[in-house]
Amino acid sequence: MRATLPWFSRNAIALSAVALSVGVLAACSSSGSSSSSSSSSASTNNSASKTPITIGASLSLTGDFSADGTAFQKGYELWAKDVNAAGGILGRQVKLTILNDASSPNQVVTNYQTLINSDHVDLTFGPYSSLLTGPASAVASRNGYAFIEGAGGAPSVFQTPQNEADHNVFDVSLPVADQLMPLVNYIASLPASQRPKTAAYPMTDDPFADPPEQLAIQKLTALGVKNVYEKIYPEEPSQLTSAAGAVAAKNPDMVILGSTDVPTMQSFMKAFETAHYTPKWFLGESGPDQGQAFISAVGANNADGTMVPNGWYPGYNNPASQKMVSEYVAQYGGSAADINADVAEAYSVGQVMDQAIVATGGLDNAKIISYLHSGVTLTTVQGQVKFDSLGENSAAAAFIFQWQGNGTKFVQVLPAGDKASVAIIQKSPWGSS
Amino acid sequence: MAREISLAVVDGILIGGVYALMAVGLTLIFGVLDIINIAQGVLVILGAYLSYSLFTAAHIDVFVGLLVTVPAMFIVGVAIHWAFIRRLRGTERTSMTLLVTYAVALIIEGVLYKIYGANYDQINASYTNSTVHIFGIYIEYIYIYGFILAIALVVGLYALLYRTRFGRSVRATMQDETAARLVGIDVNRVAAVTFGIGIAVTAAGGMVYGATTAFNANSGYDLISRLLAIIILGGMGSIGGALGAAVFMITLESVVTVWYPTWSVAVFYAALVLVLVIRPNGFFGQRAVRAQ
Repeated sequence: MRATLPWFSRNAIALSAVALSVGVLAACSSSGSSSSSSSSSASTNNSASKTPITIGASLSLTGDFSADGTAFQKGYELWAKDVNAAGGILGRQVKLTILNDASSPNQVVTNYQTLINSDHVDLTFGPYSSLLTGPASAVASRNGYAFIEGAGGAPSVFQTPQNEADHNVFDVSLPVADQLMPLVNYIASLPASQRPKTAAYPMTDDPFADPPEQLAIQKLTALGVKNVYEKIYPEEPSQLTSAAGAVAAKNPDMVILGSTDVPTMQSFMKAFETAHYTPKWFLGESGPDQGQAFISAVGANNADGTMVPNGWYPGYNNPASQKMVSEYVAQYGGSAADINADVAEAYSVGQVMDQAIVATGGLDNAKIISYLHSGVTLTTVQGQVKFDSLGENSAAAAFIFQWQGNGTKFVQVLPAGDKASVAIIQKSPWGSS
Repeated sequence: MAREISLAVVDGILIGGVYALMAVGLTLIFGVLDIINIAQGVLVILGAYLSYSLFTAAHIDVFVGLLVTVPAMFIVGVAIHWAFIRRLRGTERTSMTLLVTYAVALIIEGVLYKIYGANYDQINASYTNSTVHIFGIYIEYIYIYGFILAIALVVGLYALLYRTRFGRSVRATMQDETAARLVGIDVNRVAAVTFGIGIAVTAAGGMVYGATTAFNANSGYDLISRLLAIIILGGMGSIGGALGAAVFMITLESVVTVWYPTWSVAVFYAALVLVLVIRPNGFFGQRAVRAQ
């Protein structure tokens, strides 16, 4: 004889609550671990006797953004190592404290509160992704900290009441809204007969992914490229195949995928291959820029012809960049092609902070904010940096890169007139070599 | 549009098979032991990494590799039970297992990060990208094989539970542990072996997941809430229910994605709530293991 509410029912209700909330719980509480890393000190000069400059950052060392977060960690630590080896900044060594936010927008807030109010770090560096930079920068703003970051380029990061009042956010990288413009301009330069006739715009539900797509849709539609698919979808593994199948069914000439990571790219590419559909033009907003991490997930042959917008690549003809690339290879192994663009973004954050400290002669965040908004042009491994009133890098150059040579070469293809650009190729059939 | 819907239905059924493979172990463990195994998602990823390592390092086919990974995961399951689960007693046992298995998940995740790093991997066997053309739709062999494997696994587990002496011991233990002890059943051994079997079958789910999706150590967290929803809808403890619910839920989600992708997650969980209102025991609750 069962009770009024059967055992199954009682547990079903309880477990339903668990099922509905566990995803959120997992995202939040998996960030409990934290790690602190101090940059190594190779210098033996008298700077060692001075108090180190403490810089705090929260990074996604686990969670959805862990591949990017760990690349960012390498970039920050490589910069700190280089600075310390050169005697530090103003004669003081740099000490990094990096906490793990597990890719959680809640944990990143907790981490910056800890870094600022408990650890009392002198300065802060930004986290990975626009999704986390937004809430993190609000904490920095409340506490009067300059917030220099390299991976929070979405308009939503800058157009916040805090930033519009305090102007404390500075993104050293390319503003994401403009990142597809080289492709749009290139298509505009082509005779109408050579332009793609149709295009699909699947986008992940992310502040990074959507703004550039919306701008591209507007511009390309005006150029006569018919929009056959435009949908925003959640980044759930079980849904990506269906979304990709819907795109393939439309058979567009061009697909501009609003991706935020490698798995999204991989799922779409795999579904396209299954459907025996190959877009002539295929661009992912993020994922193809992750070097070997991308190739190992999708296969080198499949990568061939895939494009990605960015502001940096390992072959970038910039002496500081080339120095960083060789140092990276020396420290972490592999080859230049393996280097994730996030490394350069993180390294650039450090370089901008370094120049601001030297120029202002200290660690006063208010002076640093004022200096960075003075219209000064700074140099980084990604090129020049000049901040507008909201902290976006108005001097950043936008490039489109493409995997070529059966996925063995990652080359700059746009802007077409740039001397470093090579000819753009059409996407080769899946699995071909 | 008809073609897109057909495609979504086929995708949903086949991907549902993959989710069933990942969920059967969870429902078996919960149905028999009252353990909410939050580590299930991470264990799926562990299974994927085991298949990946055998494939890349020793060039062992992923299906043949199950001969290694399934026993290996069985040992992992028994070890987890011995180290963490068997000590839990009393009225708070079920809720305590939430915390304990979550801790297990964190440990396994940390070890996997240490060994494999944060970059995504995928099992790229030759047939993972091969397709067959049926009624105008291309279907990947790996999904077909995965679906067949899911059915075989469900049949195998059903036979184990209802056609063997061990299965009778399992069912006796879950109906009344004290009575089972009195008739001479070693309930501790039954619990350990059942937990081991639940984890062992997860190796198959991990293999197919790893052959169809890029994964890293963290990917398990994307899975666990869906797997829990699936076993609730199927009827907790019902092996066949897990297969039916997985196919239903993923197909529903897939079809909704054709029109309103952003609503598909909400529809997934709304369907769970709606079905539980109408059938509090889930689809197959009456035929669930505990109800026999």
